[in-house]
Amino acid sequence: MADRTPQHPAPAPPAAPEGRDDREGVPAAARPQAGKIGTGPGRLLLWLYGIFTVAALSRSIVQISTKFHHAPLAYVLSLVAGVLYAVILTALVKGGESARRLALVCCSLELLGVLTVGTLTVVDSSAFPDATVWSYYGAGYILLPVVLPVTGLIWLRRAAQPAADGTPAESKAA
Amino acid sequence: MLTAVIVTVSVTALLLSAWCGYAAYRDSPTKDWHFGGMAVVTLVALLQLVISVVQLARGERPEQGLAVFLAYLIGAACTIPAAAFMSLAERTRWGSAIVAAGGIILAVLELRLDQIWGNGHG
Repeated sequence: MADRTPQHPAPAPPAAPEGRDDREGVPAAARPQAGKIGTGPGRLLLWLYGIFTVAALSRSIVQISTKFHHAPLAYVLSLVAGVLYAVILTALVKGGESARRLALVCCSLELLGVLTVGTLTVVDSSAFPDATVWSYYGAGYILLPVVLPVTGLIWLRRAAQPAADGTPAESKAA
Repeated sequence: MLTAVIVTVSVTALLLSAWCGYAAYRDSPTKDWHFGGMAVVTLVALLQLVISVVQLARGERPEQGLAVFLAYLIGAACTIPAAAFMSLAERTRWGSAIVAAGGIILAVLELRLDQIWGNGHG
C-alpha cells in the first residue's frame, strides 16, 4: 500500500497505441469523435430507435402471423420499418465510421419510406387497408416516425465533422 | 377498475416526463429524486400488470385481442425501468431527456391499452 502511490495527476493514459488526440490544447468535450454516435444526444436517439424497433417488429410479427392475407403490403411494410429501425439501433450501439455511414443510409431510406407511405395514405386512404407504422406520417405514433429520421440525419452528419463548433458529442458533466 | 389504473399511470408518467424534461432544460442529469419518481411510476405500472392479470383470470377479455393486450401491458411495465438504466448510462442532460421521452411513450402506451381493452364500449 505504501510502495505504490495511487495518485495519478494526469488523467490521460500514458501510451495510447494509435494516439492521435492526446494533445492538451484541444478540449476533449468539443470534439465529437466520429465513433461516438450513441452518446449524448445520440443516446436519446438510441433510446427512441430501441422503442420503435420493439414496437414495429412485434407489431408486424403479430400481424403477419395472425392475419397476413388481410393486408400483406401493409404488414410487410411494417416489418421493413422494424428491420430498418433495428439496423440503425445496432449501428448507434456499435459506433464507428462504417456504422455511422450505414445508419445514414438507413435513416435516408426510413425518411423516404415514411414520406412515401405518409403521402400515399393522405392522398388515397384506400391504398392501405390496414395501418402501418408510417401511415399518415406516423400520426399514430405522435409523428415520431417522421421526426426520428430527420433528427437522425442531422445528428449523424454532425458527428462526422471533427472539432465542429459546439457539438458536444461527449459528456461534459463527467 | 382498469380505467382508474390506466389514468393513474398516464398522469404519473406525464408528471415524471415534465419533471425530467425540466431537468433536461436546465442542463441537469437525473438525480436521486428523479429515480424516486421513476420508481413510483414503475410501481404503479406493476400494479396495473397485477390488476390486469387478475381481471383476465376472472374471465374478462380485451376487445382487440389478448396477445396484443399482454404485449402492451408488459411494454408499459418495462418502459420506465429501461429509461432509468439508459439515463444511468448517460449522466448528462440527455439522460434526463431520455426519461422525459419515456414518460410520454408510456402515456401513449396507456392510451393504446385503453383502446385495446375496449373501455369506450362498455
